[in-house]
Amino acid sequence: MSYQNELYQQVILDHNKNPRNFREIGETAHSCNGHNPLCGDKINIYLKIAPGDVIEDVSFTGSGCAISKASASLMTTFLKGKTAAEAKLVFDEFHKMVLGDLDPATQEHHLGKLTIFQGVREFSSRIKCASLAWHTLICAIDKTGETTME
Amino acid sequence: MAHFDVEKIRADFPMLAALEGGKPLVYLDNAATTHKPWAVIDRIRDFDSKEYATVRRGSYRLGERATDMFEQARKKVQKFINASDHREIIFTSGATQSINLAAYSFGKKFIGAGDEIVVTQMEHHANFVPWQLLCQEKGAVLRVAPITDSGELIIEEFAKLLGPKTKLVAVTMCSNVLGTVNPVKEICKMAHDAGAKVLVDGAQSTPHMAIDVRGIDCDFYAFSGHKMYGPSGTGVLYGKYELLDVLPPYVSGGDMINAVSLEKTTFSKPPGRFEAGTPAISQVIGLGAAVDYLTGIGMDNIAAYEHELLEYGTKILSKVPGLHIIGTAPHKGAILSFTMDAAHPHDIVTIIDQEGVCARGGHHCAQPLMTRYGVPATARASLAFYNTKREIDCLAKALQKVLEVFA
Ligand SMILES: Cc1ncc(COP(=O)(O)O)c(C=O)c1O
Repeated sequence: MSYQNELYQQVILDHNKNPRNFREIGETAHSCNGHNPLCGDKINIYLKIAPGDVIEDVSFTGSGCAISKASASLMTTFLKGKTAAEAKLVFDEFHKMVLGDLDPATQEHHLGKLTIFQGVREFSSRIKCASLAWHTLICAIDKTGETTME
Repeated sequence: MAHFDVEKIRADFPMLAALEGGKPLVYLDNAATTHKPWAVIDRIRDFDSKEYATVRRGSYRLGERATDMFEQARKKVQKFINASDHREIIFTSGATQSINLAAYSFGKKFIGAGDEIVVTQMEHHANFVPWQLLCQEKGAVLRVAPITDSGELIIEEFAKLLGPKTKLVAVTMCSNVLGTVNPVKEICKMAHDAGAKVLVDGAQSTPHMAIDVRGIDCDFYAFSGHKMYGPSGTGVLYGKYELLDVLPPYVSGGDMINAVSLEKTTFSKPPGRFEAGTPAISQVIGLGAAVDYLTGIGMDNIAAYEHELLEYGTKILSKVPGLHIIGTAPHKGAILSFTMDAAHPHDIVTIIDQEGVCARGGHHCAQPLMTRYGVPATARASLAFYNTKREIDCLAKALQKVLEVFA
């Protein structure tokens, strides 16, 4: 398999070009600005959480590389309707997958279409690009305002 | 210029024969670090296997010989940058430590509340953060000289920042992002007229052009060994002797003292005062070998060939659709920073890496400069005299791949 298939898959390129839910949510209760100082990527996550902890709406703004933008975009489409607790579980699995500690082919998971990012594990310098949106999401759920990837 | 036999030179560098993912390595990250010729590798191996001992503590012949070789390396560096005295050469771990040393020792002696330090918008963090911290600590003021869109220092604006309160100007000779070569001689003259001292960051200039610190008339000059085909963990701070002689030590301990009693320590003369502890002995001797190697090729020959590469690279990259070169000063070193409409710098370098091309994407430790250009990052190809036009063609081909992927 060539690298374009591994990392820059068609779905990722598409979400980079046409990011979904790329907007702010007005009067939102939850938001966080995420920043990766290593590359300057900035992803802001906005969240509307309904009673029962259900994610009613989620969106993002910001700038960054194709991987970080596509990851944020796919994340927003994946999360709508899930609970905050489910989101945290998926964050955990996603994190393990990009680090190479979870193999979606052989291990149980709830990642669905997000497994498209598993190619990232071969590119250690890009792992943070893929996980920035997720770290920022957790920060937004916990309402801490700002997060920086170390 | 006499014919520059780059293939012969390439044979001196074993790393250049390496493969990357099965493809020939095209190494274009020379501003970050450079590869070593056999002359350096062999010298260190010989020294370590036949001549190694500690230096400056010798009570036996082996140690005396090692000390001689170590001090020979100092004299080689002195000649290489045309310093007037070998005692003006302080060995450090790299340009970063050299600048921190200068900031600490000069700052301690000469910087007080209300004093001013002038830097430029194009400084590497290594020549920015130490001065910012010093100013914060002393209540001094950091002034930042602006640059033009093409990446040149605006001399008139720089001049306006100089005044009776200016104590030091810290400026790079060559920008690690833009490639701009600054008129450091003129800057020194202007600063000296205002009564200020000048530190020149030579990390990107020393490996690529003949350096004459006396001609420049700078008070300090800092550079790294690993960017000039020598070992990592080595660096140099040059300082005018009369200045070094009045500065307090930076790191203290063994090897830098005159006499220690329970009450008081008196310090050695420069450079010993600034070289506490056991230095990177083999590596400094390897740095001496790198200087010999470069001198053998001739810095003017290197500069002329690299300029040819730069012109070729500029021409080739300008043909890539949607590519923007950042840094177009008329006087520049062989560094090509760019952005592309199609892709983010990180995606660019990941894709060209798969074609065997090593280049860097990021802010290059120059965030104030990225802010100046309103970009989060750039991709950067930085060339050395062992690079070829064929390798620049490889870069161009790899960039076509980027365009295909992000079509
Ligand atoms: C202009 C400039 N100054 C200083 C440095 C710091 O050098 P080192 O990391 O070797 O200490 C660099 C290295 O990237 C540089 O490019």
